[in-house]
Amino acid sequence: MPRVEFQNIAKQYGRVTVLDELNLDVDDGEFLVLLGPSGCGKTTLLNLLAGLVETTAGKILIDGRDVTDLDPKDRGLAMVFQSYALYPTKTVRGNLQFGLSSQKLDRTEIARRVDWAAKLLQIETLLDRKPSQLSGGQRQRVAIGRALVKNVGVFLFDEPLSNLDAKLRTEMRLEIKRLHDELKHTIVYVTHDQIEAMTMATRIAVMDGGVIQQVGTPDEIYEQPANLFVAQFIGSPSMNVLSARVESDGGKPVAILDGFETRIDLSGHATGDALAPGTAIVVGLRPEHGEIGAADRPAQIELPLLYAEKTGGDATLFLKTSGRPFAVRIDPAAAGGVRAGEAVQVGYAAEKFNLFDARTGRRI
Amino acid sequence: MTDILPLEPVRRTFRDYPKKPRKIRGSSIAILVFLTMCALFIAIPLYVIIVTSIKEMSQIIQGEIFSLPTKVTFEPWWKAWNEVCSGVQCEGVKVGFINSLMILFPSLVLSIGLSMVTGYALALWNIRWAGTFLFVLFTAAFVPFQIIMIPLIIMTGIIKVYGTIWGVAIVHAVLAMPLLTLIFRNYYKDIPNEIMSAALMDSGSFWRIFFEIILPMSGNILIVVLILQITSIWNDFIIGLYFGGIGTKPMTVILANSVITSRGEISYNVDMAAALLTAIPPLVIYFVLGKFFVQGITAGAIKG
Ligand SMILES: Nc1ncnc2c1ncn2[C@@H]1O[C@H](COP(=O)(O)OP(=O)(O)OP(=O)(O)O)[C@@H](O)[C@H]1O
Ligand SMILES: [Mg+2]
Repeated sequence: MPRVEFQNIAKQYGRVTVLDELNLDVDDGEFLVLLGPSGCGKTTLLNLLAGLVETTAGKILIDGRDVTDLDPKDRGLAMVFQSYALYPTKTVRGNLQFGLSSQKLDRTEIARRVDWAAKLLQIETLLDRKPSQLSGGQRQRVAIGRALVKNVGVFLFDEPLSNLDAKLRTEMRLEIKRLHDELKHTIVYVTHDQIEAMTMATRIAVMDGGVIQQVGTPDEIYEQPANLFVAQFIGSPSMNVLSARVESDGGKPVAILDGFETRIDLSGHATGDALAPGTAIVVGLRPEHGEIGAADRPAQIELPLLYAEKTGGDATLFLKTSGRPFAVRIDPAAAGGVRAGEAVQVGYAAEKFNLFDARTGRRI
Repeated sequence: MTDILPLEPVRRTFRDYPKKPRKIRGSSIAILVFLTMCALFIAIPLYVIIVTSIKEMSQIIQGEIFSLPTKVTFEPWWKAWNEVCSGVQCEGVKVGFINSLMILFPSLVLSIGLSMVTGYALALWNIRWAGTFLFVLFTAAFVPFQIIMIPLIIMTGIIKVYGTIWGVAIVHAVLAMPLLTLIFRNYYKDIPNEIMSAALMDSGSFWRIFFEIILPMSGNILIVVLILQITSIWNDFIIGLYFGGIGTKPMTVILANSVITSRGEISYNVDMAAALLTAIPPLVIYFVLGKFFVQGITAGAIKG
């Protein structure tokens, strides 16, 4: 299966620059998810790769071949669209067949591929229906089928599940993952849903404002966010951030949280210039890493409870700060024990907190 | 057992609510009056034409145009169809009917085909100067035909179609293009972007996408345009008069000639019958396709 490379891509619409100096490699067989907030340029990047939009500058390589100026049909790609984009006047079979119209195939081969895809996606009984006679999930399957029959190496998905209800979305997520495991296509998948990204991707590229903020495996992105944007974009509820100042305590760097007595021992973290005394930093703490009631952790925080939120399997405490509430995920059994207004002790182990430079937002 | 009270089913009697009196507001009266006047404006002349066409000349010369026929006769219709003279030729308007049909089909195909493909290209393909082209086309819609008529005669002469059915068809196509192209372009603009993107990735061929995807989605608008064009081509007089050859004059021209060249006593009833015969085909089209016409105009966006 082919590799995909973006080299110094720029895209402008008139005077508006949407993407600039963008570089990204997608390895063969990889499931790369482009994740980012609305309007950050994900669809634009995908359309550039598909050839539906022209690049302003830069090169796109597929399998080492420069495809920047090729027509969409000649790039060896298949795409699944958010609105399914099925041809309304064609039957399901006609839709699948039209997907093959740029390839010169004989009739038996076309029939063989259509049958294969229909079987794989369990839409065999729907082949003679029109798209308007299908449910949303069925339409999505047909759209995937139309891409599958092409038998190409690279698949593009643009938010394919965002029009489905929650249950169907989970099902289709597994289905697409299963297809990827089975067929090993190279996939570029656009979404703004982080659950989709975390569960499906082999690597995630987080984008914001037309810039790729970080590329990494779901675990890397989650555990070691490269900057404050990634840290706060991934995770729900999102990471708590507290501003702090570095000071020296007998040669050891410590962080003094603004508005708190507590000092956080930073000796476990890389030292050097980044943690010189006087540096303003941001401490990021994930809600699920906090330990309630623990009193002897390197980072120790005490705040009054604002409210508690239970969602079936787990509960979240929201603690009062001067800014956004501080979230702590806890065992629901323990959630009943605290009242609003009571002080809650939260401790964090040394390896569980993230430090960012307050000025640049970069990870330290 | 007996001490259990049987449960009475709950019954409810519904009140009769008084009907609300319908109010007729002043504005609706005004609209009704206006519509009635519009209808009469068309209906009265139509009535006169129809009754006159089935009266005998002896009754017509008494001058009471609104009176019902004392004796109904269809002879004027027969005469109009078979015997009326246009110039030296006395074969009725049926000659014109056949000519009109022969003009209609090539004109329809040419005008609709041309503007449909142009509209498709302008709406769905990235075409350089598309906006400018559209603007020029739109401006052209306001140029009076009389101004370009003589150049057109010379041009059709140069390509050797002047005086033939194809000459008439080409002029019809050219004149209809601004409006029809605009209609098609606006209709195709409503086709979801992603369908076109999918088609570009699947096939990429201009004609294949047109015939397999776009044309089948054009049913509604095609009916609208078909009715517009059938009516305007059939009712056309001036293009047929100047661009049609001697043997290819449409029905409207034959009709006009026959009214002008009556010999001796003017047969109003035959003239009326000939006029009605000429007007019937577009009417039939309206009756057959009228329902779709309204659907097509109101349909708007194409749902996927
Ligand atoms: N044809 C266009 N002309 C001008 N600007 C455009 C055009 N298409 C997109 N943009 C702009 O480019 C930016 C990126 O758009 P894009 O569609 O790639 O966002 P996205 O990341 O896919 O967002 P979403 O998650 O909402 O789909 C947006 O700010 C948008 O306004
Ligand atoms: Mg998008």
